[in-house]
Amino acid sequence: MNPVELKYNKEHEYARVSGNIVTFGITNHAQESLGDVVFVELPDEGTTVTGGKSYGTVESVKAVSDITASVSGKVIEVNTLVLDAPDLLNSDPYGEGWLIKVEADDLSPLETMITAAEYEAFVAEEEH
Amino acid sequence: MVGPKRTPLYEEHQAAKAKLIDFGGWEMPVQYAGVIEEHHAVRKKAGLFDVSHMGEIDVHGKDALAYVQMLITNDASILKDGKILYSPMCYPNGGIVDDLLVYRYDLEHFFIVVNASNTDKDYTWMLEQVKNFDVSVDNVSDQYAQLALQGPLAETILQRITNVDLSKQIYYTFTHGEVDGVPSLISRTGYTGEDGFEIYVSPEFGRQLWRKILEIGAADGVQPIGLGARDTLRFEARLPLYGNELGAEITPLEAGIGFFVKFDKVDFVGKDALQIQKEQGVPRKLVGLEMVGRGIARSHYHLQKDGVDIGFVTSGSFSPTLNKNIALGLIRADLAVQGDVLDVLIREKAVKAKIIPTLFYKRG
Repeated sequence: MNPVELKYNKEHEYARVSGNIVTFGITNHAQESLGDVVFVELPDEGTTVTGGKSYGTVESVKAVSDITASVSGKVIEVNTLVLDAPDLLNSDPYGEGWLIKVEADDLSPLETMITAAEYEAFVAEEEH
Repeated sequence: MVGPKRTPLYEEHQAAKAKLIDFGGWEMPVQYAGVIEEHHAVRKKAGLFDVSHMGEIDVHGKDALAYVQMLITNDASILKDGKILYSPMCYPNGGIVDDLLVYRYDLEHFFIVVNASNTDKDYTWMLEQVKNFDVSVDNVSDQYAQLALQGPLAETILQRITNVDLSKQIYYTFTHGEVDGVPSLISRTGYTGEDGFEIYVSPEFGRQLWRKILEIGAADGVQPIGLGARDTLRFEARLPLYGNELGAEITPLEAGIGFFVKFDKVDFVGKDALQIQKEQGVPRKLVGLEMVGRGIARSHYHLQKDGVDIGFVTSGSFSPTLNKNIALGLIRADLAVQGDVLDVLIREKAVKAKIIPTLFYKRG
């Protein structure tokens, strides 16, 4: 169920790469663990994010989670839909529940991310 | 290592694929279908909670009433057999040991229900206060499984399986009867802001009753409810939570439950300190907050005015009923002015919130 064309990290986030544009989001497992997402804080369009650093938060009723940028770059688009309807992260994390699009300065950090199969193995292991 | 404590219903929660968390040393369900769905189920229909982790302490003896009166701030002398009283229990300095429900069986027998995570502390405290009173105080928490059925349909559903006429059972009273043939203490109380019942049975009957209520209420939309929704429900109804609104460093007068402190009754622990605080004016007050800026104020976040700390958030959440982000905060009393705007420090960012009345939700 985790799309094979995406890259994943062990913080349960994904990156969708198209040229030098990278779309960030959280995984289906992340939304399941969080429960009902009720608030999302994202950077403004035109600002920059730093790879490995927090660029916002996703909050469920009970928990606050930082979200981490997988690459550095300029934010070229923010999914304003999820700001008003944060439950899109629950219902469609890989589709309408995406978070931001970044114009990457350098795509090489993506090489440290894992494939869908590797991610699924990681989740299975973590649940033990 | 000592493992977490589990209630008699643990296997039911596992079977229902509930998400389990540690809550004050207990492994408890935080959610089943999802916090928001469960929250709405209780407001609109009914929900079933496992609250077997709550503590129960029995007080027996000739001096039972006098002892309870000394222990709590509310006036237990107004109780009749079968009636229940809510009360804080304070330290001599006015700080709160716990908040309790006091059930009067008769003048020589009171049954006291305390918060799960405070049970041992409360029991120790209560034993220390026995002194010359002719009473025996016993921690009987292990002798009960407790289920709470809450929501507008609670009475209709429970009536199908009990020989007690629930229509005669008014709020804050209890009686003994059978539920699904099981000897039960049935109490019209709860912690959700809805009508409902709390049912105490012997632990071996817990699972039977749990299953039965879910079965006979299924068509009415009854669902099992976890601690997540229990918290949002109680919070919307301004029902305080020990460790959040209440604590050893907070007095009942500050926490907005001064109504349950009766200065005109006999002496009780904390009376002098509370009397002084009342005369001098409380230094802090509990206020309601509605976020003006984007964000959720959460427990322990700092509250500021013009960059200066004026208090902290005691509870804060997205409110499923109001569809807003709201909070309760304890702030300097002189700044507790309805309609004023203050700052909530959310990850070092000041986000505006407006002071509003604390009773966010009241059932119609």
